[in-house]
Amino acid sequence: MNTIISYAHIKHNQIAVNGKVVLHLPNKSYTEFLTEAYKSLQLSYPKFYKMDAQCKLAFLAMEFACKDNHFLTENDLSKTAIVFSNSSASLETDQVHQNSINDKQNYFPSPAVFVYTLPNITIGEIAIRHHITGENAFFVSPQFNGKLLTNYIHLLTQTNTEAVVGGWINSDNNTYEAFIFLVQNVENLNKNSIFKPLNQTSITNLYNQTSWMH
Amino acid sequence: MDALIEKLKGQIIEQLNLAEVKPEDINPEAPLFGDGLGLDSIDALELIVLLEKYYGIKIQDPKDGKTIFQSVKTMAEYIKSQGKA
Repeated sequence: MNTIISYAHIKHNQIAVNGKVVLHLPNKSYTEFLTEAYKSLQLSYPKFYKMDAQCKLAFLAMEFACKDNHFLTENDLSKTAIVFSNSSASLETDQVHQNSINDKQNYFPSPAVFVYTLPNITIGEIAIRHHITGENAFFVSPQFNGKLLTNYIHLLTQTNTEAVVGGWINSDNNTYEAFIFLVQNVENLNKNSIFKPLNQTSITNLYNQTSWMH
Repeated sequence: MDALIEKLKGQIIEQLNLAEVKPEDINPEAPLFGDGLGLDSIDALELIVLLEKYYGIKIQDPKDGKTIFQSVKTMAEYIKSQGKA
């Protein structure tokens, strides 16, 4: 049975794992928040600093979602898919790139910015970081759509896919949110388990139930 | 030459978003690619933009890049040879 074994949610300068806030960095700008959250993980992954904000957001959500489980070691990463969605595609970085080419007298487009002018690069950064080589898809929808993600994940797992990283990763001019959930096959799910079977209702409930700090 | 090398180190750190690297960490004679700073192909393109943006130098033949971008020192020598320092 397709089962959600862990999820991480980032919003309002907070990071929550399985519904509970584990990091709260108030009074930080969006950029400062991303950098401080990365430093809290004590990783050595210099490429993080080269990513655009959306990829940094996805990177952090994935790290936190995988922190206290064996998702990355007990699943075949060649049969693990990544299915993300958002409402703004890569618009934030598209605008940065556009601003660098508006003035013909000061025309210096940055290759390092340009490479992030596609939303599925967000998937690429996660895939590279964790050596995930299965199927992938990036959907654009007006808001988080549990039905869309659930249906697509169920379709994938009817073929060669055995596990899925799903999510909503949206970064648009300081309005940001990341919600990443890990799905794998779990047989004989205990009624009292913290794991949830993946369906439209369960994923929508998890997305909405994080208790943010005020 | 030393002043140009120091200036270049700062510009490289900024242009390439090397947030964890300090100017003193960069050995001017160490390779920029492979070992050393471990830069990648996108960084190579950023270095080409850096030369054009800050020094008005356009690299005409991409093959020259291998020599020019060997180290910070070779970059500085190239800038000087172009009369742009």
